Amino acid sequence: MIALSDFLILGALLFSLSVAGIFINRKNIIILLMCIELMLLAVNLNFIAFSHYSGDISGQIFVFFILTVAAAEAAIGLAILVVLFRNLHTINVAELNKLKG
Amino acid sequence: MNQTLLLTIALAPLLGSIIAGLFGQQVGKTWSHRAATYGVGIAFVLSVWVLKLVAIDGETYNQQIYQWLQAGSLSLEVGFMVDALTAMMMVVVTFVSLMVHIYTIGYMHDDDGYARFFSYISLFTFSMLMLVMANNFMQLFFGWEAVGLVSYLLIGFWYKKPTAIYANLKAFLVNRVGDFGFLLGIAGVLMYAGSLDYIEVFAQAPAMSEKTITLFAGHEWSVMSLICILLFIGAMGKSAQVPLHVWLPDSMEGPTPISALIHAATMVTAGIFMVTRMSPLFEFSETALSFVLVIGAITALFMGFLGLIQNDIKRVIAYSTLSQLGYMTVALGASAYAAGVFHLMTHAFFKALLFLGAGSVIIAMHHQQDIRKMGGLKKYMPITYWTALIGSLALIGFPGLAGFFSKDSIIEAVHASQIAGSGFAYFAVVSGVFITALYSFRLFFLVFHGKERFDTHSGHLPHESPAVVTVPLILLAIPSVISGYLISSMVFGDFFGNAIVVHANHDVLAHHAESYHGVMGFILHGLTALPFWLAMAGVATAYYLYILRPELPGKLQQRFNWLYRVLDNKYGFDDFNQKVFAGGSLMIGRLFWTVGDQKLIDGALVNGTAKTIGWVSKVIRHVQSGYLYHYAFAMIVGLWLLLTYFVV
Amino acid sequence: MLTNFPLLSLVIWLPIIGGIGVLLNGDNNPWARPLSLLIAVITLVASLGLYTGFDTATYQMQFVEHASWIAAYNINYSLGIDGFSMPLIILTAFSTVIVVVAGWEVIQHRVSQYMAAFLIMEGLMIAVFSSLDAILFYVFFEAMLIPLFLVIGIWGGPNRVYATIKFFLYTFFGSVFLLLALLYLHHVTDSFSILDYQQAALSMQQQTWLFLAFLIAFAVKVPMWPVHTWLPDAHVEAPTGGSVILAAITLKIGGYGLIRFALPIAPDASMALDWLVIGLSLIAVVYIGFVALAQSDLKKLIAYSSIAHMGFVTLGLFIVFRIFANSATGSGAVLAVEGAMIQMISHGFIAAAMFLCVGVLYDRMHTREISAYGGVINTMPKFAGFAVFFAMANAGLPGTSGFVGEFMVILAAFQANFWFAFLAATTLILGAAYTLWMIKRVIFGEVANDNVAQLTDINRREFLMLASLAAIVLIMGLWPAPIIDVMHSSVEHLLTQISQSKI
Repeated sequence: MIALSDFLILGALLFSLSVAGIFINRKNIIILLMCIELMLLAVNLNFIAFSHYSGDISGQIFVFFILTVAAAEAAIGLAILVVLFRNLHTINVAELNKLKG
Repeated sequence: MNQTLLLTIALAPLLGSIIAGLFGQQVGKTWSHRAATYGVGIAFVLSVWVLKLVAIDGETYNQQIYQWLQAGSLSLEVGFMVDALTAMMMVVVTFVSLMVHIYTIGYMHDDDGYARFFSYISLFTFSMLMLVMANNFMQLFFGWEAVGLVSYLLIGFWYKKPTAIYANLKAFLVNRVGDFGFLLGIAGVLMYAGSLDYIEVFAQAPAMSEKTITLFAGHEWSVMSLICILLFIGAMGKSAQVPLHVWLPDSMEGPTPISALIHAATMVTAGIFMVTRMSPLFEFSETALSFVLVIGAITALFMGFLGLIQNDIKRVIAYSTLSQLGYMTVALGASAYAAGVFHLMTHAFFKALLFLGAGSVIIAMHHQQDIRKMGGLKKYMPITYWTALIGSLALIGFPGLAGFFSKDSIIEAVHASQIAGSGFAYFAVVSGVFITALYSFRLFFLVFHGKERFDTHSGHLPHESPAVVTVPLILLAIPSVISGYLISSMVFGDFFGNAIVVHANHDVLAHHAESYHGVMGFILHGLTALPFWLAMAGVATAYYLYILRPELPGKLQQRFNWLYRVLDNKYGFDDFNQKVFAGGSLMIGRLFWTVGDQKLIDGALVNGTAKTIGWVSKVIRHVQSGYLYHYAFAMIVGLWLLLTYFVV
Repeated sequence: MLTNFPLLSLVIWLPIIGGIGVLLNGDNNPWARPLSLLIAVITLVASLGLYTGFDTATYQMQFVEHASWIAAYNINYSLGIDGFSMPLIILTAFSTVIVVVAGWEVIQHRVSQYMAAFLIMEGLMIAVFSSLDAILFYVFFEAMLIPLFLVIGIWGGPNRVYATIKFFLYTFFGSVFLLLALLYLHHVTDSFSILDYQQAALSMQQQTWLFLAFLIAFAVKVPMWPVHTWLPDAHVEAPTGGSVILAAITLKIGGYGLIRFALPIAPDASMALDWLVIGLSLIAVVYIGFVALAQSDLKKLIAYSSIAHMGFVTLGLFIVFRIFANSATGSGAVLAVEGAMIQMISHGFIAAAMFLCVGVLYDRMHTREISAYGGVINTMPKFAGFAVFFAMANAGLPGTSGFVGEFMVILAAFQANFWFAFLAATTLILGAAYTLWMIKRVIFGEVANDNVAQLTDINRREFLMLASLAAIVLIMGLWPAPIIDVMHSSVEHLLTQISQSKI
């Protein structure tokens, strides 16, 4: 039997992996987007696990919401990315510092 | 006496002024001077009528015309009070003004500002009438400032002359210094008497005299002394007493007719009139009376000295006016108000005469005013000569002429006075007689006798002025001779009645009235007294120095060069005022502005706040690196910190 | 009399709606000027109805209008005037007419926007004077700044951006405290009615904080030293019309606010802190008098003289406590408050006239430097006559309205303390010095340069404008009673309010 803790450990691992990805990666903005997706998936995993073990279906409904939002986010994110590349001819994170104060 | 009569007297000159001033171009020159002269003429005729009603029929008048404003229980009104003092002033003012109006027709004939000039002098007459006819302090102050305004406008009449517009600004500001005191005095009167109406204030005087006020911690001042001194500061400004006298000599930059009207006969005597009017208050304060006496004595003596070395014909007369105003002030200080006002009246006639005579000379000399470039005018200008002689003799107090009576009664009054400073004042007024005679006849001899030093190469010999100029001279010469004989009723009689209040212990004139036995006795007494011989000595000295030995004054000047320099610098008042007050104020202003406003408030507080905010943001902005991973890192760290804080 | 006719609403909304109408008419519409003038004149005539229909016997609010605005918070559209606000409303309506006339030929670009800004501002300012609801007051109080901001920012001089921002931030800084105070009072009284605020019982500590908040808010407007530095900058950059409104009306809102809020709501604190206001007022009179002397810019000089004159307003309002302490009758207190009011109204006319005079010169010479002028009288004699007249009024010559307020306040100040009167009376000298020195340098003398030699005298429009102001200044000086009489009841009421402790 897989215990709840196993799921949570897996979720935490995925989450940490994605956080590490966000700030270790300084090159590709697509990887950043993927890391954010991964973060959301880690959260989803926790939701499903809790939902299953506590027998409450609403956790899984939340997951659907998150997936929908994540899909929309990915679409918009990629669109922005395309425009960004078109204008700046780079998607290198280290060079995207226009908001520097 | 009714309101319509008095309103007509006051408003007729105003109407003339409005016609000449606002519609001068439409009605033309002739109608401008006619409107103004008729206005003043009406005022004069009716003033004589008023004087008759007051002096012979014994009427007085005191009523409000309209309410100016009301605040709480205090009601400020515009109203007229006419008693003997007012009636006399009205006649003097309108008479001299009328003479000046007629004279001006000739004197200003070719001036561009002809109508404007008539407008101003009529406006002046109106203002002066409002001043003397007032029955309350508010209206008095109105007239007081209004004559100052007209004086300002008239001194600067030739507005292109830099000296004229300097002099008019100076005159206004120095007068304002006086008004500063005057206004505070009025405020004091209101506080302690609860009213600004003369009658009510005078009724409160005994009660006021017992009150005290603390100005500096621990020093109690008598309220009455404070108020009277403050009021007198106003008189010092208007009547040009030391140290507020500095504007009067400069005011000679204005046209000569106004020097006669405003700066000799009427406006400058407003201070004398005012103190006389306030005699019920001044009588309660010996401190104030002493102050008045000493200031007057200083002015009478030291301003006379300055007249000795002036070479401008008008300035000599101006310093003489200062000195004579000092005499009047001395009379006030000695509680001889009647003598002061009497001198005011006689002085108005003979000083206006002298000024207008000087104007006549100036016309003949083509606006040359330096007496060193005149001389021997007697044969060219007989009418001017004889009237000027009458004026000069009246001024030095030659027995039988107007000035003799008034000046002698002042000297006698000061002699009898007991209040502090009267010894000095007596010395000043007696020695002043010698000085007066010396400068008057110096002027007279230099202008009318001796060698002809004027420029004749243009071929124009000087000639007598036209009738519009000489007739006023003759008309003014008449009262300069005869007005002195009014002494019996004005000084020693009860002409003024209740208008002047003198307490028994100061009543120096009553003391003399006992030994007064008619005009002839007074003249005979005068012939044997010291002042007469001093005056004669003055005339003789002038004759010796300027006719017999004309080279001597130059030598004396070199010999006593230091003294000459002191006198030439007018004791340094002008330099001092210019540097300390004018320069100092400007410096303080610049300091406050650049340091206070610009550096401290704007620089440190206002823009300083903006700068501080800018500086803080400049530091803070470095946090905003623009790198996503920095922000993400900050978020994670923040989250971690929060979690540890809440969990642990 | 039509007692139910909403006359106040009419004089508020007619210019606002009319102004919007002018604005919508488009920019190059030749009718913009006459239409604006028509609206301004109708408003003025209507506002005179407030005078004729005014009942001087009562201190109660008159021409009261009441309608619910935001019912949930009990905020009402509640209007009414008393003896303090009525003269100021008429002053506002009159000034707007003058401003429209003054801008007739001078303003050549965005005419309808210019006119509309002033018309809207007129309505808003009248609304400020007649609001009886705190939130309504606050809304108008703030809204009024917008047109003024635009006027200075669009039609202003070269340094207008700095001036507008300074002006805006300064007044906003004050407004924040006003809003806080008003909301706090709502918390105490559970009402937004200003009249309820005045009845509220407050402890000394509450009053002190409220008083300070009101003081900051209104001191900026007056302006009092040391929060006055926005005024010279704003005046210098503003177009003539903007200066006129700024001097004539905006400053009065400060004085009005002190009368309406600070004194009756926090009488005990006002008494305890009167030394502060008196001190600042006297500094305004003396210090600013000296500063004005040092100015080389015509408008700055007049702006500083405005500050000095407004010092008399605050002085008059706050010496009443000392007068109460010193005298039994208290008629000095009436004198002080009415003097302050008269000073405000008179200053509205005189400062407006002075700025118009500068405007007349500026339109011809395009410089405000005193040194660029000299001998203007030679080429502009009629103008010189007006300039000297208004200068005399500015210096407080009796017979002009400038004298009345100063005279009353100085008389009253003596009853508070001799030295107050002494310092206040220095304005007699300083006021005359800076005004007449300026006149000497600008008006008198020989023609200074070719530019002056080419000046043309005022035209009919300018003559009419200056003559109407001169007439008012003169009449008010010779017979101030009609204006003072309308205030008596309100002043008495104010004095009763502030002489009763609220603690």
